[in-house]
Amino acid sequence: MTAVGQALLAAVVLALTLSAPAFLSDHQIHILIQILFFAYVSSCWTILGGFAGQLSFGHALFLGVGAYTSTLLLLHLGLTPWLGMLAGGTLAGALGLFIGYLSFRYGIKGTFFVLVTLAFTEIARIIALNTSAIGGASGLYIPIRANDLWQLKFVNKAHYYFMILGLLLIVLAVTAWLERSRTGHRLVAIRENEDAAEALGINLLRYKLVATVLSAFLTALGGTFYAHYVTFIDPSSLLNMNMSLEITIYSIVGGIGTLVGPLLGAAILVPIAESMRTALGHNYAGVHLVVYGALLMLIVRYAPDGLVGLIRWCHEQWIKSRLLPAHHASEAKP
Amino acid sequence: MSLLEIKGLTRSFGGLRAVSDLSFVAERGSILGLIGPNGAGKTTTFSLISGFDRPSDGDVLFKGECITGLSPDVICLRGLTRTFQIMQAFPKLTVLQNVMIGAYARHRTVATARSHALEVLRRLGMGPRVHEPARNLTLADLKRLEIAKALATSPELLLLDEVVSGLTPTEVEELIRLIRQIRADGVTIVMIEHVMQAIMALSDTIVVLHHGEKIFEGPPHQVATDPAVVQAYLGEELALA
Repeated sequence: MTAVGQALLAAVVLALTLSAPAFLSDHQIHILIQILFFAYVSSCWTILGGFAGQLSFGHALFLGVGAYTSTLLLLHLGLTPWLGMLAGGTLAGALGLFIGYLSFRYGIKGTFFVLVTLAFTEIARIIALNTSAIGGASGLYIPIRANDLWQLKFVNKAHYYFMILGLLLIVLAVTAWLERSRTGHRLVAIRENEDAAEALGINLLRYKLVATVLSAFLTALGGTFYAHYVTFIDPSSLLNMNMSLEITIYSIVGGIGTLVGPLLGAAILVPIAESMRTALGHNYAGVHLVVYGALLMLIVRYAPDGLVGLIRWCHEQWIKSRLLPAHHASEAKP
Repeated sequence: MSLLEIKGLTRSFGGLRAVSDLSFVAERGSILGLIGPNGAGKTTTFSLISGFDRPSDGDVLFKGECITGLSPDVICLRGLTRTFQIMQAFPKLTVLQNVMIGAYARHRTVATARSHALEVLRRLGMGPRVHEPARNLTLADLKRLEIAKALATSPELLLLDEVVSGLTPTEVEELIRLIRQIRADGVTIVMIEHVMQAIMALSDTIVVLHHGEKIFEGPPHQVATDPAVVQAYLGEELALA
């Protein structure tokens, strides 16, 4: 694609994204917000799971910390969610530092790291369920009266749409920077081969912790958004395994460790889940997870690099097939 | 002062002493060959020196300072790094990206790391391969890449673990030339090797390990006639015959 073509495409996408709420129904905006939300948290997850290669199955914990912290600060102290969001992010970052240090200091990785993060999420869920001060099993409810930017309460969904769009752009900027920076390259080296990375002067513990804290902080921001969009949080919808699974799966299906992977994954899976929910009704609640599971198996078996990897592979095949008649010419190129 | 000094290095795995009371020195600018039959403790010795494993006893002195028990990344930043016998490339990254990871040890920006990596690759004759993913490389190129990554960290001492083994005679010749060049550039080398042609041509000093113990230390021309070495390699009967 030429530069002009790319700029034109970018302009069209931008115009469509910005004007979308104007011509979409509330339900359609809701789906769009869900796509953006999951693309966001999945991109946050990618920093740790995709770049550093440390598969966390406990990002619901960071999401929950973000949601609970800002909500509690709002309900009890009347603190604006914009500041509560940062408080939640900081708390989640500290928690990430703790869990990360505990794991990485003692060389826990792979499946065992998955289990550690899962265990911490379960602990948090049980604590939250049994602590009435933070709502217990019945959860917390955020009342909405009118549009109020400072209190992050909107009657109109479009505001939420722009907010999650902004958050997504921030995390995409972070991952785009990682893709081009020394820090990001060193994280990828750790993912690809820890021994080799360490022999080349990379402090494994420090880099893994940086990735964990960054990922946890950003995920928690998404938690605050979630709380104020749904206006209700409780342990069983936020701090559960399904949430961790959802955060992870968009990245894996889309293409782990890639910029557009989480976006692509969410853009394809969320509408599938949503349409199944509409078609099957409440009789088969959670049936989309069955489809997710099946998709996950197919992707892991046939396209381990996700949809992005699949698209790249098809593109390479297409180029090869075009170059086949002039094979010698292709060999001259690097 | 020697660049590297190993003093009474010992590593026990339960009852087995993989390396036992090993001492030797590597002088700055020299090539030291570490040989011995399979299971003699050569790679374990490398792991102990480079920080991948901790000795049960003994010390490693590098530039006069004790580096025993430091982690590999710290040791690398001090100027000592290793290659791996089983090549540890970053398979999905390109040759250039692989070498840049090494260059980041001394360079804080992507641009300087990139130009340093390109320079190292050019010196090793891998210029045409820079944008190839590492997983597409031939064995000979993978071995070169292994050296290139380590060299990119600008080491003073390089531990090469069997970088010549498994290559064709022509490739062996090329690699011998390359290792000489690296030494001429001021890098001290300790190498483990099974290919005698390479070890004899390159080493100033040879240390022979057997069952974790040093059974010989001396110049290459003496090693083939040393009775203890012959016995270790060929067995007792042949040594007596």
